[in-house]
Amino acid sequence: MKVFDWIVQLMGIALALTAAPVFLGWVNQCRAWLQNKSAPSILQPYRGIRKLFHKDAVIAENASRLFRLAPYVVFGAMVAAAAVIPSIATRLPITQAADAIALVGLLATARVFVSLAAMDIGTAFGTLGARREMMIGFLAEPALLVVIFVVSLTCATTALPIIAERLSAQSFALNPSLAFTAVAFTMVLLAENARIPVDNPATHLELTMIHEALLLEYSARHLALMEWAAALKLFNYACIGFAVFIPWGIATVHAPMSLAVSVILLGVKLTVAGAGLALVETVSAKLRVFRAPEFLATAFLFAVLGLLVRLLLGA
Amino acid sequence: MNALSWDLQLLNTLAALLLLLSFAMLAQRRIVALVNLLALQGTLLFIATLLLAWRTGDHNLYISAGLTLGLKVIFLPWLLHRLIRRLGVYWDTEPLLNITGTMLVGVLVVIFSFGLAQPISALASTATRNSIGIAVAVILIAFLTMITRRKAMSQVVGFLSMENGLFFGAMSATYGMPMVVELGIALDVLVAMLVLGVFFFQIREQFDSLDLKHFESLKEDQ
Repeated sequence: MKVFDWIVQLMGIALALTAAPVFLGWVNQCRAWLQNKSAPSILQPYRGIRKLFHKDAVIAENASRLFRLAPYVVFGAMVAAAAVIPSIATRLPITQAADAIALVGLLATARVFVSLAAMDIGTAFGTLGARREMMIGFLAEPALLVVIFVVSLTCATTALPIIAERLSAQSFALNPSLAFTAVAFTMVLLAENARIPVDNPATHLELTMIHEALLLEYSARHLALMEWAAALKLFNYACIGFAVFIPWGIATVHAPMSLAVSVILLGVKLTVAGAGLALVETVSAKLRVFRAPEFLATAFLFAVLGLLVRLLLGA
Repeated sequence: MNALSWDLQLLNTLAALLLLLSFAMLAQRRIVALVNLLALQGTLLFIATLLLAWRTGDHNLYISAGLTLGLKVIFLPWLLHRLIRRLGVYWDTEPLLNITGTMLVGVLVVIFSFGLAQPISALASTATRNSIGIAVAVILIAFLTMITRRKAMSQVVGFLSMENGLFFGAMSATYGMPMVVELGIALDVLVAMLVLGVFFFQIREQFDSLDLKHFESLKEDQ
């Protein structure tokens, strides 16, 4: 069974790698529909990545080795995160090896490298983007950690697969603390993935961009890896959300049947979540950068309220 | 893991939502939205009272629920909206502390009141005793709302929200106060609102504004 576990694990990683750009494409498509535009193909992110892989890389003269290394580190961290998150099955070798706090650490590693690489060249935009990214990060991370603490309190463990198993095993109950934390998590997801209330992923408008400013100096395969890592990050966050808040259907035994059900349910959840994300992005306006702390403080507040309600009411 | 009956679950959820609404009121700068939040808080309170009445079979609680609906959901918000229209106050000025800071203080207040309520909850025998902490938190946050605002209107809304918290506290600690007390408080709130409504016009006539910082000076010439 050991070998089979590893095969399933590798399949899970491969699924994350292939599904992430499609998920991003689906969100973009939904958003275009909601805004009455003709939508790009759902495979558009793939085309972009393929095009970039075929180009020759241009690297600034004063770039250090870090600049060249960063895309691989970031991409590697995101793949490792995808392996840790129980997206299709819970009893997998790598998934069981790390807990949710290590996962937050992996995501933080990626953020640090993106920011360092952006500062490496020394352009104004890179530095600006890096600073904003770190600001968002240091506000979003506590909120994310408190979200994890709430579910850890509920399940008495910080290991995501066990959380997913215990939560899916319990009978349906109204759970205000989990509802609050779900809201907090959604807000963190929006902020961390440079979605609309905090950053506009479709803009190159200099003064408002965060994500694009970080990647401004990258080209070709490096840019492709960075974009792919960004898509993976969104996918990973969605899967964390599924594992914690709607864990039903994640396979706990590795029978081919339950794995197939799990993959299909993951597809359904992603479809719905992508449409929901597009809806949120369409109905909300982008905040000024200096309002972003308020947005994230609200997320933190929701998470802390969830924690307090959990402690007091036990629900 | 979760052995609570569905009505208790619903009551807990309502309590959590009440706490959330208190925070929303703490963050809200527009007075019209503040009044709407107050009405929403009243609605949640009405549902909670109704649920508790159904659960305990206590007829007095039905009357309380009716009073809540009539007074806190319909009449007072209507009165406040009318006052806002006639006085033309739609925005509060920037609160004394910025929103994020107030929120953090609010979280500390919640922790404090949970600690405060713990011995009371241990003594109470009602099924909803865990919500006492939330009720105390709602009261204190409403107090905080009053402290951080400058306009008389938002302070009154904070006052009413505090009364909501008290009502909820009494409900979760002892399934409601005696009918006489409850009627008395309802009447008090009603009269207070009517008097305050008249007061607003007096304050505005005197100071040309509803900003209470004018009260701090003793003489007129400054």
